[in-house]
Amino acid sequence: MLKSFPRGGVHPAENKFSAGNQITKLPLPKTVTIPLSQHIGTPAEPTVQRGDMVKTGQLIGKYKGFVSSNIHSSVSGKVLKVDKALDSSGYKRTSVVIEVNEDIWITKIDRSSDLRKEITVSGDEIINKILDAGIVGMGGAAFPSHVKMSVPKGKKCDILILNGVECEPYLTSDHRLMLEKGEEILVGFRLVMKALNVKKGMVGIENNKPDAISHLSQIAQQYPELEVFPLKVKYPQGGEKQLIKALTGREVPSGGLPIDVGVVVHNIGTAYAVYDAVQKNKPLIERVVTVTGNDVKKPSNFLVRIGTPLNQLVEAAGGIPAQTGKIVNGGPMMGKAMNSLEVPVTKGTSGILLIPEKESKRKPFRPCIRCAKCISVCPMGLEPFLLMTLTEKEIFDRVEKDKALDCIECGSCSYICPANRPLLDYIRLGKFRVGQIIRNRK
Amino acid sequence: MYEKINKLITVSPSPHVHSAGSTQKLMTGVLIALIPAFVIGIIMFGWGTLIVTGVAVISCLVFEYVIQKYLLKKEPSVTDGSAVVTGVLLAFSLPVNIPFWLVILGSLVAIGVGKMTFGGLGNNPFNPALVGRVFLFISFPVQLTTWPAPKGFGTSLTDAITGATPLGIIKEGLRNSDSMDTIMQNIRSSKEMLYGHMGGSLGEVAAIALAIGFIYLIMKKIITWHIPITILGTIALFTGIMWLIEPTQNASPVFHLLTGGAILGAIFMATDYVTSPMTPKGMIIFGVGIGLITVVIRRFGAYPEGIQFGILIMNAFVPLINSYFKPKRFGEEVKNG
Ligand code: SF4
Ligand code: SF4
Repeated sequence: MLKSFPRGGVHPAENKFSAGNQITKLPLPKTVTIPLSQHIGTPAEPTVQRGDMVKTGQLIGKYKGFVSSNIHSSVSGKVLKVDKALDSSGYKRTSVVIEVNEDIWITKIDRSSDLRKEITVSGDEIINKILDAGIVGMGGAAFPSHVKMSVPKGKKCDILILNGVECEPYLTSDHRLMLEKGEEILVGFRLVMKALNVKKGMVGIENNKPDAISHLSQIAQQYPELEVFPLKVKYPQGGEKQLIKALTGREVPSGGLPIDVGVVVHNIGTAYAVYDAVQKNKPLIERVVTVTGNDVKKPSNFLVRIGTPLNQLVEAAGGIPAQTGKIVNGGPMMGKAMNSLEVPVTKGTSGILLIPEKESKRKPFRPCIRCAKCISVCPMGLEPFLLMTLTEKEIFDRVEKDKALDCIECGSCSYICPANRPLLDYIRLGKFRVGQIIRNRK
Repeated sequence: MYEKINKLITVSPSPHVHSAGSTQKLMTGVLIALIPAFVIGIIMFGWGTLIVTGVAVISCLVFEYVIQKYLLKKEPSVTDGSAVVTGVLLAFSLPVNIPFWLVILGSLVAIGVGKMTFGGLGNNPFNPALVGRVFLFISFPVQLTTWPAPKGFGTSLTDAITGATPLGIIKEGLRNSDSMDTIMQNIRSSKEMLYGHMGGSLGEVAAIALAIGFIYLIMKKIITWHIPITILGTIALFTGIMWLIEPTQNASPVFHLLTGGAILGAIFMATDYVTSPMTPKGMIIFGVGIGLITVVIRRFGAYPEGIQFGILIMNAFVPLINSYFKPKRFGEEVKNG
């Protein structure tokens, strides 16, 4: 029996059109727009100003506070401005705009493609390099990785998990990375293990990627502390709490973090970035982005510099299809709809999904028929229909008591509801209001 | 929730895909599952089955539309198919020789009282079809308990012969203090009953046809096994115990399962989404409750059927059951090794 999380889950159509397409390098853009806030937490402080000349890999934004992240130039050229610019969230954020001129890298970066497997640095150095390189979780949430590397007092981490599930439909960037950079990823993963002083590493991959499973299993043979596990194809298998439960049987307590059960989870892109940072001195300045959709001519996986405008990626994938009705940053279950392609790739951009007009609008919703489907698919054991009703009626103490804050916003409830009810929209609102109430209580 | 940025792009919150399931599809699924029983009804009781069902369905649709549009002044939602299901289930629990006007009245009560007074689909605590059926049963006991004996295909409504239902025969026999053996001689064998060869309302008689519907519902994930199986299991268990203790006074559990609309009620009426609990544990409590009430009414009460009251009574407890039997939250009990 394949491992899986026990409760709930759905099976949306996988549609991994770009799974067979190799990662290709996108040509350099004319200008890049690099937001100073690409992560959860405090924005970085700019270290350059208009008119400065920068090199590829040079620091342009310094982290500020603990939950923050460094930002590096992904190109060489001239800083045109440091100013507010639209990013994929639809907000204007302070960004560094650079006019690209050749591609001159700072010298400490090892640009060769030689594989460096031996680990020569200490755990603390690894953490410092991760901090310096501005690495964040690359699965979408973009949580600064060094924060995950410091285990709070009184807690202990004994298992490290590498999340190769990629359970979002359509997206294939992690899949391709595993196939093409498997060695590097596992070295990166082992670096994190060393930094956290963990002796056991588990790699979880959904069973719809047999090539990646066999490839990584083969590489992992040289490392007795690593084991690769195929997982049942079920969304949201890659949800952090679900993955931990599936692999270790441990259940992160309500309101808790993975470290509460001795586990830390990192994603494929992040492990690769750690390899680059520690073994090659290369900061996080590029990433793999899937460009896909039902009508996209050439669904692709591109290696792109951070700050490249999204429309350049879409052009390279054959242009925007005529009947496109929605542009999603990320996958169809958890990605965010954008209102423009004139925004840059950031560290958290895992894919761009172009949804045809006819599928882009929700159907009008009908009364809840109490079919309980939303309950049975909720991986967190919540009652989405009830949370929606309570939020509508503004009974927030019950929204809180019924654990709205445990919702991982996976979207399974809205996906399944036969009455098309916008359950997650309301639950998000309920969570937000409950959060406010809790903050006011303190 | 929508925001149109320009003609081209929709910006709405995730998820951006939907399972394509709909209320209408679920209701259609329930109707498909009822087809085998419908066919048996026609074979056993003739074209009257079709007519009674047709009258009930059309009445339910018309009442729903009229009440929503003109009384509640809401957008009518007849297209969701729930009124059709109510109509069919009401018809299936009526005798085939029932006067038309009673079918229409039953539909009015089902939709008007059972559903719309509470605010329409999703808000009604009681199964509308059962509200209609029980109203008729209490108000017009004579018409509702004159069951046609099955005659076969091609029988017209008027020449159907009336005969008591098996449970009615037992109740009557026990009242005359006949022994169970004598009573049973008046009743067909279980095997015949399995195919629906007995007096009864038009959709409740054929266990096998209903079971096929059940399998379909499970396969299509329209319902789960919990409610039907616990109801039927509870009925079988308790009638079985009574039968073993006092075989002369009680009918066998097989008999109890095959008669009195137990199977129709357990599979199609008790599982009505709106009026049944939402978690597996709650469903089991609900099913056991219905089973027990059914057995008690059949054994000690005045009505040979009993499941209908059992369902309605347990319907009333659903809000309580739902608030008590919550799903198991992730990370609720932490036992980590
Ligand atoms: S899935 Fe939709 S219709 Fe069914 S209970 Fe949940 S909210 Fe109600
Ligand atoms: S309530 Fe939250 S966790 Fe549960 S299915 Fe809906 S989005 Fe997912």
